[in-house]
Amino acid sequence: MSAPTHPVAQDSSGFVVELEQFSGPLDLLLHLIREDEVDITDLPIAKIADQFLAVISELGLDQAADYLEMAARLLRIKAQMLLPRRLGDDEWEDPRAELVRRLLEYQQIHELVEWLGAAAARRAEQFGRGFSPEPPAAPPAPLVIDLNDLLAAAERVISLIPEPVLHRVVPRPLDVEGATERIQALLTQRAAFGWGDVVGERPTIVDVLSAFIALLELAKRGSLHVHQEGPFAPIQIRRESARAAP
Amino acid sequence: MSPLAQLLEAALFASARPITVEELATLDPQAGAAAVRGALAELRDAFATGDHGVELVEIAQGWQFLTRREYAEAIDRAQFALRPRRLSPAALETLAIIAYRQPVGRVEVDEIRGVDSGAVIDKLSERGLVEIVTRGEGLGRPLLYGTTPQFLEILGLKDLDELPRLDELSVALRPPAPAEPE
Repeated sequence: MSAPTHPVAQDSSGFVVELEQFSGPLDLLLHLIREDEVDITDLPIAKIADQFLAVISELGLDQAADYLEMAARLLRIKAQMLLPRRLGDDEWEDPRAELVRRLLEYQQIHELVEWLGAAAARRAEQFGRGFSPEPPAAPPAPLVIDLNDLLAAAERVISLIPEPVLHRVVPRPLDVEGATERIQALLTQRAAFGWGDVVGERPTIVDVLSAFIALLELAKRGSLHVHQEGPFAPIQIRRESARAAP
Repeated sequence: MSPLAQLLEAALFASARPITVEELATLDPQAGAAAVRGALAELRDAFATGDHGVELVEIAQGWQFLTRREYAEAIDRAQFALRPRRLSPAALETLAIIAYRQPVGRVEVDEIRGVDSGAVIDKLSERGLVEIVTRGEGLGRPLLYGTTPQFLEILGLKDLDELPRLDELSVALRPPAPAEPE
């Protein structure tokens, strides 16, 4: 290979390893096993462990926790293999069994990866109509938060609330008579008008209440007809001409 | 072609994504799912036997018009369409594990891969290829992931049954129980 773009390690046995080739320690282990053409179920653990350590220190992978953990595991298995055991001991459990199981499982995943990659490449040879819109953003994962974060957040929200302001309450009677006069004046000028004409441009709460009570009172007396298209629609007021007030 | 097949042709032409038989059946209240399936077969055959640049493909539990393979290079070269971004080996590994073990939690994926897979799963989730399907029973009620229709679509699969069966692989996995010493 020429002009490698990734860090490359080369040891005495002559194999070349590219850092980005490996998606993890299991991947690296499988690579070593294939290089050495050894039986995965009867792993020469001492040899593989030494190679693994050599490669990760060459590549600077010995900083990565996942690789270190695997290195430690390999050394432990290596040590366990060295323990003496009696011939024909049925109780003996192969210390490599768990690692072999994981390697086989991982190898199976690798085979699936090849299959999936091939399927995706084949699918990419066909185009659908136009550009597919980006899939909708996935909803955020459920909130994981510890108590201190929660309390700090609550503190922030509470600090935004201004100090309560005390109001002096001044009694201000509603001016229903005034509103009644105003509506009656409108009724003589126009056959129909809206709520806005009754209360004016910028009504106060007192104006609104006065006008509303006056309106209901006049409607009860039969001087006008109140109509609304639907909830929250503008109120329409019409002169009740057919039935004169008693 | 039957009027129903023509209606389906129009709807499938208008859509940029696969449409399911159920969705297609809403086009014509008179036509049931069986009639839609018949019309789809008629439409597919019409495009397969005639001289056409597109074909009707069953994909991601639905149907979609796709360009024929032989024109991929020309379309690509002229940049009339974008090829989807390729998935990294780490992404494919994670997808394979989630596809076969779903619903599956992050811890199990980490364990099989031997590396932390949180960032990869988040990226796959952003691309809409996997999603949280439920929560596990175990400690902390972990989030469990599964694949989406989008996953089937980018692989060109009709459904998950089209994935290879594990016993068809050359590496047959032993039962999870520890192997007996010989």
